[in-house]
Amino acid sequence: MNPGPTTMLSRTADNLYWLGRYVERAENSARLLDGTHHLNLLPLTSDEQSELWHKLFQSQNEVDAFLEKHNQFSDRAVIEYLTLERDNPSSILSCINSARDNTRAARAELTTEISQCMNQTWIDIRGVSMQQIDDRGIQDFLDFIKERAHLFKGVIYGTMRRGEPFLFWELGTALERAENTSRLIMTRADAFHRVHRRDDGFDFYRWGTFLRSANAYSAYRQIYGDIDPVSVAEMLILNTNIPRSLLACIEDTTDILKTLRREAPCAEMSERLAAEVRAIRLDQVLRSGLDNFLNDFRKQVHALSDQIRIDFMMVR
Amino acid sequence: MTNSGPKEPQKFFDEMLEPDGTVRMAYAQYGEWLDAVSKDTLIRKDEQADMMFRRLGITFTVYGDAESTERMIPFDIIPRIIDPNEWDYLARGTIQRVEALNAFLDDVYHDQAILKAGRIPPELVLNNDAYRPEMLDLDLPRRIYGHIAGVDVVRTGPREFYVLEDNVRTPSGVSYMLENRQTMMRLFPELFATNHVAPIGRYPTELRNNLKSVAPVGVDDPTIVLLTPGRFNSAYFEHAFLATEMGVRLVEGQDLFVDEGLVFMRTTSGPRRVDVIYRRIDDDFIDPLAFRSDSMLGVPGLLSVVRRGRVTLANAIGTGVADDKAMYVYVPEMIRFYLGEEPILQNVPTYSLRNPDDFKYVLENLENLVVKETHGSGGYGMLVGPKSTKKEREEYAQRLKAEPEAFIAQPTLSLSTCPTWVDEGVAPRHVDLRPFVLSGRRTTVMPGGLTRVALKEGSLVVNSSQGGGTKDTWVLER
Repeated sequence: MNPGPTTMLSRTADNLYWLGRYVERAENSARLLDGTHHLNLLPLTSDEQSELWHKLFQSQNEVDAFLEKHNQFSDRAVIEYLTLERDNPSSILSCINSARDNTRAARAELTTEISQCMNQTWIDIRGVSMQQIDDRGIQDFLDFIKERAHLFKGVIYGTMRRGEPFLFWELGTALERAENTSRLIMTRADAFHRVHRRDDGFDFYRWGTFLRSANAYSAYRQIYGDIDPVSVAEMLILNTNIPRSLLACIEDTTDILKTLRREAPCAEMSERLAAEVRAIRLDQVLRSGLDNFLNDFRKQVHALSDQIRIDFMMVR
Repeated sequence: MTNSGPKEPQKFFDEMLEPDGTVRMAYAQYGEWLDAVSKDTLIRKDEQADMMFRRLGITFTVYGDAESTERMIPFDIIPRIIDPNEWDYLARGTIQRVEALNAFLDDVYHDQAILKAGRIPPELVLNNDAYRPEMLDLDLPRRIYGHIAGVDVVRTGPREFYVLEDNVRTPSGVSYMLENRQTMMRLFPELFATNHVAPIGRYPTELRNNLKSVAPVGVDDPTIVLLTPGRFNSAYFEHAFLATEMGVRLVEGQDLFVDEGLVFMRTTSGPRRVDVIYRRIDDDFIDPLAFRSDSMLGVPGLLSVVRRGRVTLANAIGTGVADDKAMYVYVPEMIRFYLGEEPILQNVPTYSLRNPDDFKYVLENLENLVVKETHGSGGYGMLVGPKSTKKEREEYAQRLKAEPEAFIAQPTLSLSTCPTWVDEGVAPRHVDLRPFVLSGRRTTVMPGGLTRVALKEGSLVVNSSQGGGTKDTWVLER
């Protein structure tokens, strides 16, 4: 019976794409928050602490929105704002709400197990209060989010039919990862060309935490051994064996788009971006400033998302 | 009066127990099990059931309630059991009714023979808000209008079943029928080994085959979709559930468009033609060009494609004229006129206030009657005589006098009770039943249906908005 396996509703494709993005975003926020939380355990001045929390915000707009509710960057206020704040569209709670919303909208393309897993997470996160986070510690909550994100992805990999719906979910996940990793590198962009002092315990701890935020610490130790900023940059930008590296994400994106439709303009665009990243000279990039490179990368990822909408979503 | 009324029993008919307390045949096996099971087990099973429904996300939306916009309809773990003979009777009765309703709809949108024969006052049909002149002289595939129907039945005695109303617009509840069964099988597998319960799982397949059988002329391999108002609609879970079970796309109005006399859906590989639409959007909202122009839910131009016979809607536009409360009293007449048979299931005796004798009787007996607006639904604007105050009755009488033709009245029925799990333990609660009737190549009814139960002690109102729950409904096989 029609419709064949290769056709799906544009709206549903959009829902699955955003489902991938929101779950990934929630997980990455948890990771980033986790890293900052760990850095805060170091003996720091209150200015340094404030700066750390400040870096968790993506843009000046977000900082302004936060300051409308709170007058300073205290850890509790920032934690609440980034985890449970309903009025913050990027809070973890908001991400889970949006993910659940998209799960419901695409319900007919998903298995019961997927929908149940999302519902359970949504029910559970609604039961969490700031009081509870105070009592049990933020770590507990962040572990819960990360675990559920892994579980959710596992259920999708384990139960979902391979085909267009699955590919659009993967696509959202890959692009969100690319953005998150670029954002993560951005939080330490200035540290990459500082002179590295091997004997500095602080510095070692910082880089370690940073790598853990990208889920890449143990891999780094296995591949590179000693921590040095250039290797860290190489790994997070260019190493295709690391699933969250920029190049890995864009190569994944290219593969997915080509499987969806080989001749789609967005597939070609993605392939071009991957080639550009592959061809960079890291020492030059570090010399001229990582921020320039990252800003340009993010612009291209945005353009790519727009092209995907044009090619597949019958944008009106 | 159109029928002889139900006898007034001293005590409510109970589905499980005879008046002397012995267990009825259908419940023989189950009754033994229920006697032996511990209260703790039932408490645990009840909690498990609750968790299962929450995880599935079977919720319905409560409008205008910002904090808890999603509620669950309570599920009762004690099944309603129907013996094979009773079911046979119910099945024949509901099928007969739906066949007559489909014949009636085909007639009123073509020759109007029943009106010409003087069996139904023409103005009741032709001036009815739900009558759609846009559908006149259109030949629908297999002449079916109501492909999916829900017939609400109540019971007051051993062989006394009454049809409360027919639903041939966009009846809902079938997902509860199916999920309730799934839940029961997971909670109590041992019961299904000892009781031979007729399976209902083929409903989605049967519905899909039926929809396929009413595709537009010349379309052999139709693309079927389910059209939902969207995820904020109270029945969204059901829409998604059925789409998944049938293996068809779940679409919203914005996903469809009309071009060159055909309906298309927007897909990742461009426009794709749609042939059959199982729509869960009311007539008023389905096409802003033809009906309510402020509707954001429908598909502009859809009616024009229907008129050209290039797409089939299920149910068809204009079915509402058949399940209107004013038309209800004539359904037995439709059965005689179109099928040449006597009705198997009885109507609840109904007084039409447009009839002077009935009008007089109703005004004199308001405290014993339920009075409803002809076009109302969901229990709004209703007077429940035995529960009303003198002042309420006097005010209501003024409305009746002002516009008698807008009202009907019925005696309050003694709905049967069924054992139900409540805070105090197992206790009788009143129930009704909605079997689902499907029409395509032939008309069939799933063995079972949705049993709704009034969870409040003594309450006769089974609506989910007023504290009603649902039960699994078992039809035993011979």
